[in-house]
Amino acid sequence: MTVAPSEAASRGDESPGRDPARDPSPEGERLRRIEWDAITGVMMREIINFRAAWKQNAFASTVQPVVYLLAFGLGFGQLVDKVDGHDYIDYVSTGTVATAVLFATAFSAMFGSFVKREFQRTYDAILSTPVDVEELVTAEVLWLAVRGGLFGSFPVVVGICFGLDPAWTTVFVPLVAMLTGFGFAASGTLISAVVRSIDDFSYVTSALFTPLFLVAGTFFPLTGLPLSLRIAAELNPLHHCVELVRDCTFGDLDPTDLARVGALLLFAALMWWGAVNRTRKRLIA
Amino acid sequence: MPSALTVTNLRKSFGAVHAVAGLDLEVPQGTCVGLLGPNGAGKSTTMRMLTGQTRADAGTITALGWQLPRESKQARAQMGVVPQLDNLDVTLSARDNLRIFARLYRVPAGERDAAVARGLEIARLSDRGEALVGALSGGMRRRLLIARALLHGPRLLLLDEPTVGLDPQVRQELWAMISGLRTEGTSILMTTHYIEEAERLADSVTIVAAGTAVDAGPPAELVARHAGVEVREIYGPPARLGEIEAQAQAAGFATRRTGTSIAVLGAEGAGDRLPAGEVRAARLEDVFVKLTGEEVV
Ligand SMILES: Nc1ncnc2c1ncn2[C@@H]1O[C@H](COP(=O)(O)OP(=O)(O)OP(=O)(O)O)[C@@H](O)[C@H]1O
Ligand SMILES: [Mg+2]
Repeated sequence: MTVAPSEAASRGDESPGRDPARDPSPEGERLRRIEWDAITGVMMREIINFRAAWKQNAFASTVQPVVYLLAFGLGFGQLVDKVDGHDYIDYVSTGTVATAVLFATAFSAMFGSFVKREFQRTYDAILSTPVDVEELVTAEVLWLAVRGGLFGSFPVVVGICFGLDPAWTTVFVPLVAMLTGFGFAASGTLISAVVRSIDDFSYVTSALFTPLFLVAGTFFPLTGLPLSLRIAAELNPLHHCVELVRDCTFGDLDPTDLARVGALLLFAALMWWGAVNRTRKRLIA
Repeated sequence: MPSALTVTNLRKSFGAVHAVAGLDLEVPQGTCVGLLGPNGAGKSTTMRMLTGQTRADAGTITALGWQLPRESKQARAQMGVVPQLDNLDVTLSARDNLRIFARLYRVPAGERDAAVARGLEIARLSDRGEALVGALSGGMRRRLLIARALLHGPRLLLLDEPTVGLDPQVRQELWAMISGLRTEGTSILMTTHYIEEAERLADSVTIVAAGTAVDAGPPAELVARHAGVEVREIYGPPARLGEIEAQAQAAGFATRRTGTSIAVLGAEGAGDRLPAGEVRAARLEDVFVKLTGEEVV
């Protein structure tokens, strides 16, 4: 993701901007389009903020899914014996990872980026330094993905405490969660850059995210649903996340899962692209 | 002398509003240029185009040898920006605000702590480094905002209304600081609508109105060109002022109403052609009012 050095940079003429004594980058090494330094710089801000509020953050991102897990898992668990050959609580604890990731990434991205863009002018401040919109968005989304991936895997830990016997491939669960989280953090950023006011988020939550997490196969298998809904579910990234987490945890990985990873990668890439472009539109008039 | 910044025929409209309408501007290296203009003249819009945060409709910008907006990132690496509206992170400490920006400005890892410490010193907040920005006074926040823009030793500093809303004492402090930076060789572009600020700090002033440069030059030259040497303030009852104004204008003088008096510009040697009044030296304020048609607030 680099561009060729600019014309002015390569023609090497004597412009007043190149004072080798003070210019920190050696001649020829130009600032690239997406630079790691810019990304870590933006992430550092998030990490410092997180250090101050990690308890609230961890609480918010883990308690809600765990409540679902206990309510459904233990509640329905008395009525339902086995689903797809697994104890219902195991079924739900693996499925809830997707929900946890959604809460930890899409919602944080939506509200966080709106506030930083419109109210606190943080993005304005950052863009006056050598950081471009693509770096800003990438850094923020990446950070949320990492954070959401780790917190989002928590339900599996709870499931293990309740007797789930994990396969060795369970170690991939955080990676699946991060990949899903990247896509949803980017979606949240994209939505935030499209809506007019922060109040519009309630439409998005009820009309988009709630159905997504209900027909993801978290609480019940989709096999009983009408064909149209089953097809719709295959377009739902959360569903792919649910299936991947289950297959990792139960040790059932098969080639379909590769396609699911591909679908999540595609989702992440599309959302990232949209988030960058719409955010740029909102920030640079 | 090479230029730190050259802007030619810069244009930017927002719908029907021509915020910047063919602006020319030049900041020779190592000088401080003041962009003086009334509210809505397009000063902030110009500043934002210099950092690539607003896209120009037309015109060229060369900053530190880089062509904007294409090479705006390279230019930003060597520029410090103090925006008109404070955008510090209020939930973080003063020190953390500086640490983050030292990184964003690519201060090498080994020099970052020293740069942050120096920043706190510049902001005179060395003993309040851990205080949350939200708990600092307006003056402290301004100083921190300026210190943040200086972390990487920028070669060009963009100050958008650096002292707006501050009490006179803090303003004097900031002036001393800005003038010190200029002495050290930093090129500075500063917008202001405080005439005194421009007079004190700027080697050259560009007066803008409605998005274009009306005139530019060292303050003394602008004064000589537009307001002459002396101004005669002629006082009288309101009814008489109109008469005096007409009389002075008929005699070919530029005038300016200042509440209780008519100020006649370039009145040296007018003798008896004008009614008697109080004579004072012409100043930049007279030029500003004459060229922009705006009274000074
Ligand atoms: N993003 C924007 N959208 C629409 N109009 C804008 C935008 N930014 C600026 N304008 C308009 O452009 C004109 C110039 O604004 P600008 O902020 O550049 O003025 P200024 O000289 O900085 O004024 P002030 O001294 O009050 O800060 C104003 O009429 C303003 O309303
Ligand atoms: Mg302004």
